[in-house]
Amino acid sequence: MKICVLVKEVPDAAVQKRIDPDTMRLDRSGEKNLNPFDTHAIETALQIKEGGAIPVEEVVAVTMGPDSAVRALHKAVALGADRSVHLSDDALVGSDVCATGYALAKVLEPESPDLVLLGQQSDDGECYTIGAVVADHLKMPSLTQVVKLDVADGKLRCERQAEYGYDTVEVELPAVISVGDAINEPRYPSLKAIMGAKKKPLDAKATADAGIDSGMVGEPGSKTAVLALNPPPAKQAGEIIEDEDTNETVEKIVAWLDERKLL
Amino acid sequence: MAVDTAALNEQTDIQRDITEMVRQFADEQIIPNAEHYDHEDSFPEPIVEQMKELGLFGVTIPEEYGGMGLDLTTYAMIVEELSRGWISISGVVNTHFIGSYLLMKFGTDEQRDHFLPRMATGEIRAAFSLSEPEVGSDVQGIKSTAKKGEDGKWELNGQKMWVTNGLGSGIVFVLMKTDPKADPPYKGMTCFITEKEPWKEVNEGDYAGLTIPPKIKKMGYKGVESTELLYDGYRCPPERVLGGEEEGVGRGFAQMMDALEVGRVNVAARGVGIAQRALELALRYSQERKTFGKPIAQHQAIQFKLADMATKVEAARLLTRKAARLKDAGERSDLEAGMAKLFASETGKECVEESFRIHGGYGYSKEYEIERLYRDAPLLLIGEGTSEIQRMVIGKKLLQRHKI
Ligand SMILES: Cc1cc2nc3c(=O)[nH]c(=O)nc-3n(C[C@H](O)[C@H](O)[C@H](O)COP(=O)(O)OP(=O)(O)OC[C@H]3O[C@@H](n4cnc5c(N)ncnc54)[C@H](O)[C@@H]3O)c2cc1C
Repeated sequence: MKICVLVKEVPDAAVQKRIDPDTMRLDRSGEKNLNPFDTHAIETALQIKEGGAIPVEEVVAVTMGPDSAVRALHKAVALGADRSVHLSDDALVGSDVCATGYALAKVLEPESPDLVLLGQQSDDGECYTIGAVVADHLKMPSLTQVVKLDVADGKLRCERQAEYGYDTVEVELPAVISVGDAINEPRYPSLKAIMGAKKKPLDAKATADAGIDSGMVGEPGSKTAVLALNPPPAKQAGEIIEDEDTNETVEKIVAWLDERKLL
Repeated sequence: MAVDTAALNEQTDIQRDITEMVRQFADEQIIPNAEHYDHEDSFPEPIVEQMKELGLFGVTIPEEYGGMGLDLTTYAMIVEELSRGWISISGVVNTHFIGSYLLMKFGTDEQRDHFLPRMATGEIRAAFSLSEPEVGSDVQGIKSTAKKGEDGKWELNGQKMWVTNGLGSGIVFVLMKTDPKADPPYKGMTCFITEKEPWKEVNEGDYAGLTIPPKIKKMGYKGVESTELLYDGYRCPPERVLGGEEEGVGRGFAQMMDALEVGRVNVAARGVGIAQRALELALRYSQERKTFGKPIAQHQAIQFKLADMATKVEAARLLTRKAARLKDAGERSDLEAGMAKLFASETGKECVEESFRIHGGYGYSKEYEIERLYRDAPLLLIGEGTSEIQRMVIGKKLLQRHKI
């Protein structure tokens, strides 16, 4: 079995995020890191490989992003992926979710993976949807927000985070699965793995190499356009009840909840 | 504008990746657990086990022995991050690092082959021992002796003090007097590699004659044990003289002083780490805590404290990296290592104290991390030579270099 893991370089969690008003895109300057959710996807792949229930020949990390994204790939292979593929091209700049999903699917196609894993969301865009788009192009079933995954008899048994509780779903392979951060505790890359990361094969591809129709990517190929940006509405100040007489306080809280039909 | 901060810090990609990993490890594994082990004064075994897997015991040991073969500069970056978490964690690695340095630089091929592979994995850990109950700064004044017996083995006798990792280590690099009549005394000193059973108080069999009394109760720097070592007729085979009998006898003092030079860079890095953490805690607390209607960070008196702390941390880091880089380049670094050790350890103590003040009464509470840092930081003023001794070394070297 071959597992491909989609990874992304995102601004480091410590960096304050801002939208560039000129381009209407996220300002991605400053410290960057591998998207934390993707480290859970890599860990999932490694646990399947090490678990031995099904032989895994290869774990391949795949990204689309600028030159600097190579660091995210190095981290992915330091964590244990066997090799990586980097799709990078000026034509891809400004791709929306649909365009990005299409481009990634074109890179994945020749790999013919049995399983595609990815983090359920990226720390920057937080779209939650790339997995579904990729799956659509690859004609594979897709599950999102998976927090438990077992491989048995060539099938996957997944627990998927639902609004209340979990859905347990069985999926045929090949499939595209996005994972949540509750699925596992990612390991730390050892010093040896960090130092060996640059020695693992990295395949750099431009759009033409991947057979990507340049009309379907970048700004021209994107189906969405950002027209305006507005800050989220400011939170209403909460109501503070001073606790003078606890019985009264409790009554007040109950009345408040009752008014809003929350009880 | 994208700023490549790694380049400004003069870090290579590998150094940046390593620092990031160790920082994450400190944030997730060390800082949340330090309070527990500090409170119990117990050895942080699970953390140490993970560190073995990550390769943190073999940072500077060459690859041919299973280590990482990284330089002192990278090692100092790692130590800074570990110490930012808790200096006791770096304490577990530090004496080991000095031991491996001694072997790499002075050991015979047999000694290296015998110990380094197991040291690189952390399977055996090293301690080093100069100090005695009556002697610390004045190393030439040690009293412990080793005498060659008729069977060719050396018999070690004497009492050693303040041995960090004294109980858990598997080998101790110990300085002994082998020629009591030598003048000056340092010419009559030899370093022995004494093997022992880790975590065993009373050694038996081949290691009989080495007893480790209960660990010393300390103000801070808990979790990692500091002990006495009682050598009473311990018999050390001739091939365990560091560098072999021919090269090693009478060379122990010089070998140890050489190792202390890298040891000083190591302590400097610990000072930077603890100072950095104190600054982080102060930055957070001073923006949360309000007095007189505004966050205390908005009072100029507090802002000035923060400014001084951040300036000193940065300066200490640069001094430390410079000393490490000089050493890596094969240049003389004795003066710089002394300066780095002096400035960074004092910075550690000063930043911790300022951060403590910023925390007000809560800084005095065990609920707050700064309370532990306040007890931990002073060690750095003492170990590997006190600030007074650093000033003596710096002064002496300065005059040597600028003789008129
Ligand atoms: C927690 C801890 C761990 C340690 N771990 C180790 C270890 O692993 N291995 C090891 O060998 N040692 C270790 N030490 C010992 C440490 O190196 C010594 O404590 C240190 O060198 C100081 O020696 P001392 O305590 O004997 O002080 P002293 O030498 O007695 O000094 C007392 C005071 O006099 C000052 N002083 C001394 N000489 C002069 C002078 N000529 N001029 C001016 N002032 C002077 C000193 O600066 C100090 O202020 C450790 C110590 C501690 C506290």
